[in-house]
Amino acid sequence: MAQQYIGQSVKRTEDPRLITGLGHYVDDMKLHDMHYVAFVRSIHGHARIRSVDISAALQMPGVVRIFTGEDCRSIGSIPCAGALEGLKVPAHPVLALEKVRYVGEPIVAVVATSLYLARDAAEAVTVDYQSLPAVVDLERAASADSPRIHEEFSDNIAYTWALTGGDLDQAFKEADKVIKQRMVHQRLIPVAMEPRAVIARFLPGEHELTLWSSTQIPHLMRTQVAIMLGLAENHVRVITPEVGGGFGSKLNVYGEEAALGFISMQLHKPVKWAETRRENFAATIHGRGQIGDLEVAIKKDGRVTGIRYKVWADLGAYHQLLTPAIPTLTGLMLTGSYRIPAARMDVTGVFTNKMATDAYRGAGRPEATYVIERVMDLVAQELSMDPVDVRRVNFPAKKDFPFATATGLTYDSGNYDAPLKKALKLAEYKKWRREQQKARKKGRYIGIGLSTYVEICAMGPSPAMPAGGWESATVRIEPTGKVTVLTGASPHGQGQETSFAQIAADMLGVTIEDIRVLHGDTGVVQYGIGTFGSRATAVGGTAVYRAIEKLLQKGTLLAAHLLQAPKKEIQFEGGKFSIKGDASKSISLQEMALASYTAKNLPVNFEPGLSSTYYFEPKNFTFPFGTHICVVELDGDTGEIKILKYVAVDDCGKVINPLLVDGQIHGGIAQGLGQALMEEAVYDESGQLITGTLMDYAIPRANDLPWFELDRTVTPSPVNPLGVKGVGEAGTIGSTPALVNAVVDALQPFGVKHIDMPLRPEKIWKLLQKEAQ
Amino acid sequence: MEISLNINGQPFKEDVEPRTLLVHFIRENAQLTGTHIGCETTICGACTVLLDGRAVKSCTLLAAQARGKRVTTIEGLLEKGELHPIQKAFWEEHGLQCGYCTPGMILAAHQLLQQNPHPSEAEIRHGIEGNLCRCTGYQHIVKAIQSAAAKMSPPRSASAAR
Repeated sequence: MAQQYIGQSVKRTEDPRLITGLGHYVDDMKLHDMHYVAFVRSIHGHARIRSVDISAALQMPGVVRIFTGEDCRSIGSIPCAGALEGLKVPAHPVLALEKVRYVGEPIVAVVATSLYLARDAAEAVTVDYQSLPAVVDLERAASADSPRIHEEFSDNIAYTWALTGGDLDQAFKEADKVIKQRMVHQRLIPVAMEPRAVIARFLPGEHELTLWSSTQIPHLMRTQVAIMLGLAENHVRVITPEVGGGFGSKLNVYGEEAALGFISMQLHKPVKWAETRRENFAATIHGRGQIGDLEVAIKKDGRVTGIRYKVWADLGAYHQLLTPAIPTLTGLMLTGSYRIPAARMDVTGVFTNKMATDAYRGAGRPEATYVIERVMDLVAQELSMDPVDVRRVNFPAKKDFPFATATGLTYDSGNYDAPLKKALKLAEYKKWRREQQKARKKGRYIGIGLSTYVEICAMGPSPAMPAGGWESATVRIEPTGKVTVLTGASPHGQGQETSFAQIAADMLGVTIEDIRVLHGDTGVVQYGIGTFGSRATAVGGTAVYRAIEKLLQKGTLLAAHLLQAPKKEIQFEGGKFSIKGDASKSISLQEMALASYTAKNLPVNFEPGLSSTYYFEPKNFTFPFGTHICVVELDGDTGEIKILKYVAVDDCGKVINPLLVDGQIHGGIAQGLGQALMEEAVYDESGQLITGTLMDYAIPRANDLPWFELDRTVTPSPVNPLGVKGVGEAGTIGSTPALVNAVVDALQPFGVKHIDMPLRPEKIWKLLQKEAQ
Repeated sequence: MEISLNINGQPFKEDVEPRTLLVHFIRENAQLTGTHIGCETTICGACTVLLDGRAVKSCTLLAAQARGKRVTTIEGLLEKGELHPIQKAFWEEHGLQCGYCTPGMILAAHQLLQQNPHPSEAEIRHGIEGNLCRCTGYQHIVKAIQSAAAKMSPPRSASAAR
């Protein structure tokens, strides 16, 4: 295979439509005679619904119909795929019935002829609430005397789960020291720039429901919505046009999707709902939300020999698709990039009167990385060692891969010292350590933070994935020789139309202009899983690769027939089949395609047409890794954190498109730094979301962020033939502890050991004031 | 009420509710959907358009406030069917991922370069702080604006030499 495209920074083929405003997101589409839906949502964190009065709203202009929870009783419960032993799964209706359990929970759906009129009428609906004590604090929610959120259960504990490996008792018995620390992973709000949006159109004649939805998982949504609405799955079609970002928040099946489908089925009209930003904050999944108590057994030389981590996970009021499963990923990755022989994590998943938490970029792994990378710095502080040396003492060596962890995983490939070495050089680590000493003498606070992360990606082997972990591809050579690739990995900004075309173009010896990558339409594309968990290229890209291999095998049979040579003498190169050693006799892919469709001269028993489909099932996850180094200076007067330098050396295996990989790293770092510096979803004691708009919930702006200096090492993954590992979440996972470690490092002269995120200026300022006294 | 305004050189005369937001006028009446709605509160900047050449957030302006004015949306930035240098630079430098903030971001960059043809990195970051992007971490956007600036007007030293 000639590599003309793979490894090159090819400009994205999806961009021309996006930079000219000609792409189509769901809200950009308008169907004939379309009606608009507005939801009336709970203004209480926890309340009984005494009554709902829609009479005034029904009189409002343009109102077509109003649906209450009672009207929607026939719709199935919003699905949860996290199957943990003993999991309590409460009923989760698309419109609330007797009670509301979080601010933003939908109660009534108003349908009107225009968006404005639908919102007007929604204002006229009166809900009579009897307010109940809200359950907000995580530990209090878990206690036996807490008010219950779901009366059908004896308490608010949805599940307990433990993962254990190695001999912990021995580790702690033989430890030279034990470090204890509590760490908080605050709730975050994903804030994809495009809020969710759904259009539903039911055609009674065909008995077909089409949903246009801004989702990461069109096929899984089709299955689930069909079940919820009692429709045959092959009478439901989900179309996912442009998706304006997801970050896990659109890896879900929400009540609104089924509700819109139901409404369209009742009215025989197309209906649209586009989420407002306020709805997006209150009623699209949140991320993180863990409090954990940590105990670490260490030896004098810096080795970590055991970890115990006891976690309360803030699940919110109901389970969304993967809610209970997310904290389990923290457990799997608890030992990070280190040889730690014993580990145990205990999770208590707790219902609270808040929006559900679920997969937000990193999904459980940022929590693990944060913990273990903070641990490395705590060890360094405890033993007065350099944090670099602590990490090196604990790294497995290159020869130890595949590396088995105490948590039961096998890391595919790794060479953890390589990116560390490169990053130290790029960041001028030693120079900054000297600067730090000099600055301290002058009363300035410079800090240097490292994170030598590893993450679990390319999700994943099907036994570990609720809906299966494979991905599909169809590659079709059309009669004119043009190539159509159908991928089940429906993207939402990652650029798979380009990167998958790069793979296909090199394998088929055509230009990427000859290729069209189609995705996100269950009526066009074979069943697929979707884009999340840094899986699209490693699993979906590999499916494309395998489908083309299969296609070329078929092509070879036809070429042998047409060129009248034995199969083993046929080679495929530069888009042509030819006879080895005889360049004069060849047949191009295009000629071959035409021959296969016109089918006048085919080998015996040869199936006409030239296409193939492959479902790739990975045998393992992949484990990308790297080193991030952050240098900060704290402003003693304002508590502001200035990032002086940010270096990221990542190893995501082989790289298909360096430009796109850099983009993923940049964006990932920005989100990780957002968590470290400013982001926090806050509910008050009555369950009000007080960070319910972009005014109150800060996400990084351009001038909040530094220039990121990137480099790479390349350790191919043996899990797939492309050698790729995945990169969508690396930046988010690696960056958060690097920043926090830097700030804690800056505060070392004051004996500060740990600060909980977000590190807002007032927190730093207060600390500096206290220490100065 | 009747509202006349000009969008991308095209006159529009429409009878709309007085409360119609400019962004809805653009998207619904003019059927130009490149202007996106991200927050409806003037914060995210996805709905940025040029009003008589000035970048404004069309989600919190009434269409009535744009009466008789010239609106330029992302669709109007093409020059004789050719991509504007800022659009081209966003493509070349991978200044977008999901593309949702992109039209607003490009128009904010347009205003920035009109006012300051040779912005420093800090000036660019400051100039686009009213436009949120959740995908790119802004670095490739900054690079795109730097690259567009270099192409749109010769560097200061060169013009001084002339």
